[in-house]
Amino acid sequence: MDETQQMHPEYALLARKMFLTILVVSYVPVLLISLTIYLQFRGVYRQKVEDHLVEMVRKHKQQIDAFLHARLADVRFLAQSFGGSTLSEEAFLQRQLAFLQSAYGATFVDLGVIDARGRQISYAGPFKLGQAEYAGAAWFQQAMAERAVISDVFLGLRGLPHFIVAVCSGEGQEAWVLRATIDFEAFNKLVGGIHIGATGVAFIVNRDGEFQTTGPASPIAAAAAFGGYQTCAVDPSRRIHVYSHPDENGVRSIYVTGLLKDRNWLLVYRQQAADAFQQLRRAEKMSLFFFILGGMLIVVMALVISRRMASRVTKADREKEIMRRQVIETSKLAGIGELAAGVAHEINNPVAVMIEEAGWIQDLMEDERISEPEDRAEIQRALQQIHTQGRRCKEITAKLLSFARGSDGSIRRLDINQIIEDVIRLVVQQAKFTHIEVETVLAPGLPPLSGSETEMHQVVLNLVNNALQAMAKDGGRLTVSSEADGPWIVIGVQDTGPGIPAAILERIFDPFFTTKPVGKGTGLGLSICYGIIKKMGGRIEVDSRVGQGTTFRVVVPVPPTAS
Amino acid sequence: MAVATVLIVDDEMGFVEALARRLTRRDVEIRAAYSGEEALNRLASDGDIEVVILDVKMPGMDGIETLAEIRRRFPLVEVIMLTGHATVESGIEGMKKGAFDYLMKPCDIEVLLTKVNEAAAVKRRREERIVEARVREITARRA
Repeated sequence: MDETQQMHPEYALLARKMFLTILVVSYVPVLLISLTIYLQFRGVYRQKVEDHLVEMVRKHKQQIDAFLHARLADVRFLAQSFGGSTLSEEAFLQRQLAFLQSAYGATFVDLGVIDARGRQISYAGPFKLGQAEYAGAAWFQQAMAERAVISDVFLGLRGLPHFIVAVCSGEGQEAWVLRATIDFEAFNKLVGGIHIGATGVAFIVNRDGEFQTTGPASPIAAAAAFGGYQTCAVDPSRRIHVYSHPDENGVRSIYVTGLLKDRNWLLVYRQQAADAFQQLRRAEKMSLFFFILGGMLIVVMALVISRRMASRVTKADREKEIMRRQVIETSKLAGIGELAAGVAHEINNPVAVMIEEAGWIQDLMEDERISEPEDRAEIQRALQQIHTQGRRCKEITAKLLSFARGSDGSIRRLDINQIIEDVIRLVVQQAKFTHIEVETVLAPGLPPLSGSETEMHQVVLNLVNNALQAMAKDGGRLTVSSEADGPWIVIGVQDTGPGIPAAILERIFDPFFTTKPVGKGTGLGLSICYGIIKKMGGRIEVDSRVGQGTTFRVVVPVPPTAS
Repeated sequence: MAVATVLIVDDEMGFVEALARRLTRRDVEIRAAYSGEEALNRLASDGDIEVVILDVKMPGMDGIETLAEIRRRFPLVEVIMLTGHATVESGIEGMKKGAFDYLMKPCDIEVLLTKVNEAAAVKRRREERIVEARVREITARRA
């Protein structure tokens, strides 16, 4: 964890990008496939549930219609078989009722015969309804008009919910109506038997939205059912209609409706959607669970993989950086090696002086006249000279060491003029022996650069070494300059050597390109300089004319903090 | 009487002085020059110089160039080259170009003295032979 916390922002960004890429690449197809499968499955499942409900409602509708028609047929059979006068006898009517009740159970509550004026002539049943007046009853008027009727459910004279099945026989004043009361409870069982799940209920409403069976006792349900009724009425081609509507508690329910009784009644089946699609919901929940679990797994894997990759890249880059530093270090040492002859001579001179002075003291010591004051003074002088020359040696080794010492390559503020002077100090002795004049034109007060000191030394030393080598044969003038140019600092290294032919000018920055004999140059010097300066955000320009000399210009940006 | 008359040529003033001091103590007559050009001028103006102790590496005219010039203009003068460790090749090159010998710098004073004596002896013998040859020539002409 420490490693990732310390991760350079650049690598953290890389890790984040990789993480997002892995996430998108793995998630998008999974999401698309899951969504497709889910939608497909949901559609199919809903269709299946609805088909099942429709089929059930259709069956019950047919069953109820059949029941009603059978009751009507029973009554019609009675009326047509026995005629008005026979049926007007209450005892006969009682027998017929008993007969029907023995055949159909408690379905038939009572029977009655009513004359054309609406008066009940005879009655068989548990209620005392003899002589009852039905002239004003809707079912009576309808029966007279349409010859047969199945009424809506109503309370009527007896104060209990029931409905009437009636047929009319005879014409004009001779017309009479045979009426049977169908028990509400018995009828209700036909509809009440439809129960699916926890919330599935069935009921029947009439054209006015009044319940014809025990309903859910909810105005919204009735209103919704009535809505369905109207839709069915408007579009009779759709015999079974399925729609969903929020119920009284705002819970969405599915309604399956079908018209009954010559489209006067509506059979409504209602079930809460959540209940109807319970299996679907369970499957959804399970899928969602696995989807989230898988998703979490993908996230974790993406996180682990991206971090691991980023840390590998970090490690590889770190190793590359170490390699780069080693190459720079090696080439720097090679550069110093090229200066070795000059430095060796520089060191050799004071050493030779010291040895001669020591020898001189020895010469004096061998003399017997050692105690003479002038001899003592001479020894003093010689010792002083040895001291001076010794210090000179120390300075030379110190400046060489400061150069050769391995640096950590850390970025710090650099005084470019100081760096140029360091390098010049190192090469000026050698230049002297090869007839090269060294000149520095340094602009004072330049802003500090940001970079590695050892790398910058390396760049300047390399360019200066190249210039010195170019002029080693015939001598010349080396001019090293520094100047500010807007947000840039320009370091110029100019020689008056033979120049670089145009044919190879383009290749001088290529690694391993060298014009020196085998074993004399690695061909890495300029390529390393180029790499260092490029890393600092700068560039190296070269202008060379054959016979006139070469100018290298190192252009480095001034870091924003320093400007 | 001096062992020999020697011209020391080196750009390192301290070295020239120290060496001069020690050789003088060993009865060597010393002249000093601090560059190739100065050495040639000195040779031109001072006919006593028998041996030149010449540093190879000098700014301006270096040891090898100076040697070539001495050989051309003062063929009788013997030259002992002094080289640093890194420039042994130039010592050998000097031998090829007619130096009497070469020594590593810093060198043992006695060794140097011996070389100087040898070089001076060679020079003198050669001069004697030249004189003898001239005498013979003159004698032959008279006869």
